[in-house]
Amino acid sequence: MPGKLKAKIVAGRHLPVMDRASDLTDAFVEVKFGNTTFKTDVYPKSLNPQWNSEWFKFEVDDEDLQDEPLQITVLDHDTYSANDAIGKVYIDIDPLLCSEAATVISGWLPIYDTIHGIRGEINVLVKVDLFNDLNRFRQSSCGVKFFCTTSIPRCYRAVMVHGFVEELVVNEDPEYQWIDRIRTPRASNEARQRLIFLMSGELQRKIGLKVLEMGGNAVVGYLQCFDLEGESGLVVRAIGTACTLEKISTFPATATHPNNSSPSKDMKDSPQAAPSTLGCRSTHSSPVHSASSRLSQGFSVSVPTLLFAGMKPRHRSSEVPRARQCRPGFGEEAPGVPLSSGPPTPLRAQTFSSFSPSKSYSRQSSSSDTELSLTPKTGMGSGGSAGKEAGPLKALLRQQTQSALEQREYPFFTLTAFPPGFLLHVGGVVSARSVKLLDRIHNPALGNTRSYKLLDWNSFTADEPETRDAWWEEIRQEIKSHAKALGCHAVVGYSESTSICEEVCILSASGTAAVLSSRFMQDGPLDTEHRLSRQPLCVFSTGSERVEGDMGSSASLGFEEVVSPGCGFCHIPYDELNIPFPAQLTYCYCCRRYKVPDVLFTTIDLPTEANVTGKGCLIQARLCRTKKKAQGEGNATAISSLLPFLEYELHTQLMNKLKLRGMNALFGLRIQISVGETMLLGLASATGVYLTALPSPGGIQIAGKTPSDITYEQHISTMQKKINDTIDKNKELYEINPPEVVEEIIGSPIPEPRQRSRLFRSHSESSDEVSELDLSHGKKDAFVLEIDDTDAVEDIHALLTDSPTPAGFYSCNTEIMPGIQNWTSAIQMFTSVRVFRLNANLTNQGLNKIFSDLCENLLKSLYFKLRSMVPCCLCHLNFTVAIPEDELIQVAVTAVAMSFDKEQPLENGKQSGEKTLIKAITENDEQLQFNLELNAETSSHNPLSSPKGLSEVGSHLSARAPSVDYSSFADRCSSWIEQLKLKAHTIRRGSVKTTSSLEKASPLPEGRSRSLRSNRSYSGSSVAVVKMTPLSFIPGAKIIKYLGIINMFFIRETSSLREEGGVSGFLHTFIAEVFAMVRAHVAALGGNAVVSYSMKECVFMENPNKNQAQCLINVSGDAVIFVRESELESTSVQTQSATTHTSNGGEGT
Amino acid sequence: MSVELDVFVGNTTIMDKEVYQLWLNGYTVNDAVKVRIEGGVMEECEASAEVLLSDTMDQYRTFQMCERLLHHPAKLANQLLFQIPPDRQAMLIERYALACQFNSLDFVIIQFQTFICISLFRYYAFDDLFVREVLGKKLSKGTKKDLDDVSIKTGITLKSCRRQFDNFKRVFKVVEELKGPLVENIRQHFLLPDQLARDYAAIVFFANHRFETGKKKLQYLTFQDFAFCAGQLINNWTVGAVDNMMEDMDVDLDKEFLQDLKDLKILITDKDLLDQHKNLVCTALRGKTNVFNEMEANFKNLSRGLVNIAAKLINAKDVRDFFIDLVEKFIEPCRSDKLTSIDVNLYLTHYTNSAHILDTFKHHAVWTRYMGVIKSCILRMYHD
Repeated sequence: MPGKLKAKIVAGRHLPVMDRASDLTDAFVEVKFGNTTFKTDVYPKSLNPQWNSEWFKFEVDDEDLQDEPLQITVLDHDTYSANDAIGKVYIDIDPLLCSEAATVISGWLPIYDTIHGIRGEINVLVKVDLFNDLNRFRQSSCGVKFFCTTSIPRCYRAVMVHGFVEELVVNEDPEYQWIDRIRTPRASNEARQRLIFLMSGELQRKIGLKVLEMGGNAVVGYLQCFDLEGESGLVVRAIGTACTLEKISTFPATATHPNNSSPSKDMKDSPQAAPSTLGCRSTHSSPVHSASSRLSQGFSVSVPTLLFAGMKPRHRSSEVPRARQCRPGFGEEAPGVPLSSGPPTPLRAQTFSSFSPSKSYSRQSSSSDTELSLTPKTGMGSGGSAGKEAGPLKALLRQQTQSALEQREYPFFTLTAFPPGFLLHVGGVVSARSVKLLDRIHNPALGNTRSYKLLDWNSFTADEPETRDAWWEEIRQEIKSHAKALGCHAVVGYSESTSICEEVCILSASGTAAVLSSRFMQDGPLDTEHRLSRQPLCVFSTGSERVEGDMGSSASLGFEEVVSPGCGFCHIPYDELNIPFPAQLTYCYCCRRYKVPDVLFTTIDLPTEANVTGKGCLIQARLCRTKKKAQGEGNATAISSLLPFLEYELHTQLMNKLKLRGMNALFGLRIQISVGETMLLGLASATGVYLTALPSPGGIQIAGKTPSDITYEQHISTMQKKINDTIDKNKELYEINPPEVVEEIIGSPIPEPRQRSRLFRSHSESSDEVSELDLSHGKKDAFVLEIDDTDAVEDIHALLTDSPTPAGFYSCNTEIMPGIQNWTSAIQMFTSVRVFRLNANLTNQGLNKIFSDLCENLLKSLYFKLRSMVPCCLCHLNFTVAIPEDELIQVAVTAVAMSFDKEQPLENGKQSGEKTLIKAITENDEQLQFNLELNAETSSHNPLSSPKGLSEVGSHLSARAPSVDYSSFADRCSSWIEQLKLKAHTIRRGSVKTTSSLEKASPLPEGRSRSLRSNRSYSGSSVAVVKMTPLSFIPGAKIIKYLGIINMFFIRETSSLREEGGVSGFLHTFIAEVFAMVRAHVAALGGNAVVSYSMKECVFMENPNKNQAQCLINVSGDAVIFVRESELESTSVQTQSATTHTSNGGEGT
Repeated sequence: MSVELDVFVGNTTIMDKEVYQLWLNGYTVNDAVKVRIEGGVMEECEASAEVLLSDTMDQYRTFQMCERLLHHPAKLANQLLFQIPPDRQAMLIERYALACQFNSLDFVIIQFQTFICISLFRYYAFDDLFVREVLGKKLSKGTKKDLDDVSIKTGITLKSCRRQFDNFKRVFKVVEELKGPLVENIRQHFLLPDQLARDYAAIVFFANHRFETGKKKLQYLTFQDFAFCAGQLINNWTVGAVDNMMEDMDVDLDKEFLQDLKDLKILITDKDLLDQHKNLVCTALRGKTNVFNEMEANFKNLSRGLVNIAAKLINAKDVRDFFIDLVEKFIEPCRSDKLTSIDVNLYLTHYTNSAHILDTFKHHAVWTRYMGVIKSCILRMYHD
């Protein structure tokens, strides 16, 4: 199916001076697509040429349309010598291929040169005419939509979630081709950039094909990565979740939630759907059992929260029985350092001592898996009469879902947030790593190839991608089996990554084992509308409101899981008799019916319906381990044997820090392990929260092994005191004051569950005891650290050196922060990169300290930089570590700072007086800024709604007494500015001196009308603002259209590093340029924001002696159009939160 | 162990006004950090010196990147490298306007990215002390080399001096070859507010004619005095002043006019005319001032001085001495006679008007054009 690509070159501006003599440039443009090239005329002697060319038309296959970028080269005409290139623009035309995305690319795009950076801009127009129906064709996959967003995109509804798609393509890296020796750095860089563009295009097309095969029309959570394997080539790989999406045509009302989209309705659908398919796959062996058998076979579960295995030196998958070899003291530690105070039960000791590490973390559980195994006997009577009917039904339903999922090769989902009701239970983090040696290059096909252009994709060394495929396959299998061991049939929040050093490559994959609802595997359309519309408001109130609604419906329906979606996902999915790792189970603190683990680790975002107490915070574990220099297989083996320790210690650190903050769950866990020649770096980041459903974490207790010495004891007790103080402080800081559970237990019908367990689970006496113990001991259980263990000292040190975030700041690495609801529209996305040079010969401890300080200092700097946004939250703090060279550590952070309105009508728990005071000072400033922004935003972005928005501001403000003065001031300011703008346009240039004093400023109503009138002219005159955020939404705004994926790759090189301000100056400029190019391309697509933005690669290399540096950056995101929500629902937030409170309280009883 | 690389880049550019000012003032990073520490940012934000250093370096880098654009302000209009959110623009422009009491913000400023324009004003702002030192000097490399002396003398950092000097030079170079009104050209090309554009016009004008301003006798005059005079000269004595349809430049004085000025000599060479003139003036002044006697005694002297200045202006060399001549030939004698500025005003008014009544004096137009400027210049310069 052919298509016609049309391009028109309009004009250029700010071109560099190419002719020294005249200080001017004779510029012309080459437009190239595939093998066809067109040229414009030379526009002589101008730095702002007006080519105004004809339409250049390319008639091409849509396959090419998907693979190739449109390449625009700006050159300086030279009569006597070769024409000099000024720079290039690559335009990804993929967004134009989808009918629902952008229709035209039009705008000023920066002309980029890999040596000089941005050199002026060019104005182009690009259109595509596609013939025929889009979706019939096989080789191309035009029309499949791609989203980086890891949740169902905001203006779509998921009809069906098909599942995992993956693909990878391999090529030789132009940088390592023989020709590179004789070509210029510029040519080499351009070859690389173009190649990667081509490869991503091809990759996307192939994935699209797979999606079409599955019957989907979109890929959500599309994650594309590059592996620069050096000599052995370049791998571009991608994973994603295939879905069938349906555009929501009308915008749902923001504040009110139509009944028909409420979750209870959703829930209603599913059981109805179930019976029809009941008969099909009812015989299905419970995965729990198989999992447990696997476990006993020595399946390595070294770090409890994380089922972790698969160290494979070379290509064999030799499973190192890591746990056993780990540390000599391992087995002994286990009883001494239990997670909670409950004495280790014999069961645990027996079953797990051989491979359980000292600390056990827990996972999740829920009634449902238990039911699965118990149903035949008991029928799960917990829910009363209703439960009895629903139990078997559900079990069947679940089996059916499972089988539906297990039919798939990989029941993986790259999504991190789900439509309500999709995620039933969460098991815990599953992860697998594998160490591989990269192959030496063997490319017979390349003997006579001059450059990438001649490479034939199909004939290209066919076995290469297979090898990589096989590697990943192994890992995915591993993950799948881990998930099974946790009683889960799916993995959500799945991601893959690599770390390469020379020829050693660590492949990692991780995700969260989960049990999913079957509804989305079938036809029942899921309603995301509901969730979407509320998203910006708050997690907390959303969750609880839903709970309320569900309570009602559940009464009639009698469907247990419906009872408490706020806690349902916490319930363990595995059989409590065959817990895959040591965990303390208790009854859910929300519904008191199902068992929950004491701690929960996940890689997903906090579900919107989750019940959370207090606020969350970023928790990081950082670790550095030295390693001997080695080559080849020896090196790989050394790394393999180091990895488990690394992973284990990271988890210990995470656990300690979590406890120190008085929290009990981690979301968005991301563990990155980076390999260098002489060291391994591990960085685990997650957002800690206190899940109301989970038991309160015990404190941390320090125990000395030699209590004889008095000074030593004193030392211990002071440390203990410090730790206790910190925990208390943190609890206050994060407003963690869970309802007094213990008392409630006494008063509430708690005996019932106990009886129940006696009744139905008499066979599981031991585990029952454990849970009872936990209940009664509630808070007393403590996490014991033994002080004379050097590791423990280190741990404690690490614990206490984390400095608290300054007042007014919160941080998390997830999409949203629990407990913060009213975001203002002020957002600031940023990237910060630091490279640290280490001294040689550092001990592990020294390294750790340095690494930890590096991260801490980086965070501190961020807080300082963003101080003007207080109160604000750094969301989606994404740390990336790398070891670019020996003794260098590189940390890159991309995140978004979002300020929120502190005047939170209802906050769970009391505010510390001190903090209020500090914030009160900043309040005024913030207030002013907020209003102005809103004002400006509405006027510039949404002309139609601006009057409304303004009046809204007015009323909003007047509601609050202290801010009234400011509001009028702000209004006057803005109206004054509007007035000036207006004059600017109406009055002839130069003839006016605008006398603009405040006295003259127009009063509010006038200003309003002015802004309305003037914004039209205003928007045309300045460069459009493009917002960027790593989140999937923009606070206070509604995304109305997705324009397509932005996936850009840039190389920048310099041989005059000092002149460009050193490494920092070089990188600073480059990153700023990358941002500028992303913004320009988004604006050209007609968008005004990038969501789910991420900088996936930032490879920086320098050679200061040669005054050279090179940097590669890969960024991606979704280009969108958003409009401001004109309504500020301060009142509805209040009422919502109010219901939250009551429903929360009511839940326990 | 050292931080090898440390950058922070926001999607919207964060610029700290305080640091910007420090940068403009030519502080080194370390000095700027010291100033900031003294300013108490650290306590306010719970930051450490390390953090402050990192932030300051970062800001400096941002400014340096910005500087390239600031040199070609016209590009600022649609530059893509820095994104400044409209809300901040609005806030800053308001505060800035209040702080600097710019009554007239040119529309161009608002039209474009306001924040950068404010950076621009500041970037192009200069110290009166500094400009006083280089006013009328050739904007050449030689002068630039002497800037260290200026720096020591004024206490302004060398960096800042260089920036200011380079700004003058840049503006001069661009405007030199442009036709049309000088102030307007500067405003258009550098997007500067009216007052600042006028000041630059003065600087360019002075540099072009190389007016002597450094002599000891002229030391009491401020830059603003000179700027005022330059404004007078530009508005009245240049080609553009008489005929703004002319496509000529504003920078040069009207040659024809200078030629005509020679004819004024008749006022002092013709004895009768001189006496007549004196009588007329004295008649008019009598009783109106208590320094009448001194005025009468000095009349011929003063008249000679003024007319001689006029006659000499045709020589470029004498143009340079215009201000020193005014001071020596007119202001100093008046001052030694203890004339107040009211007296001077009175005297000059009548001196000018009386000439028109003289029967044999024909050059009324030239006389008015000449004396108008002279009068306002002298009045402006007549202070301690």
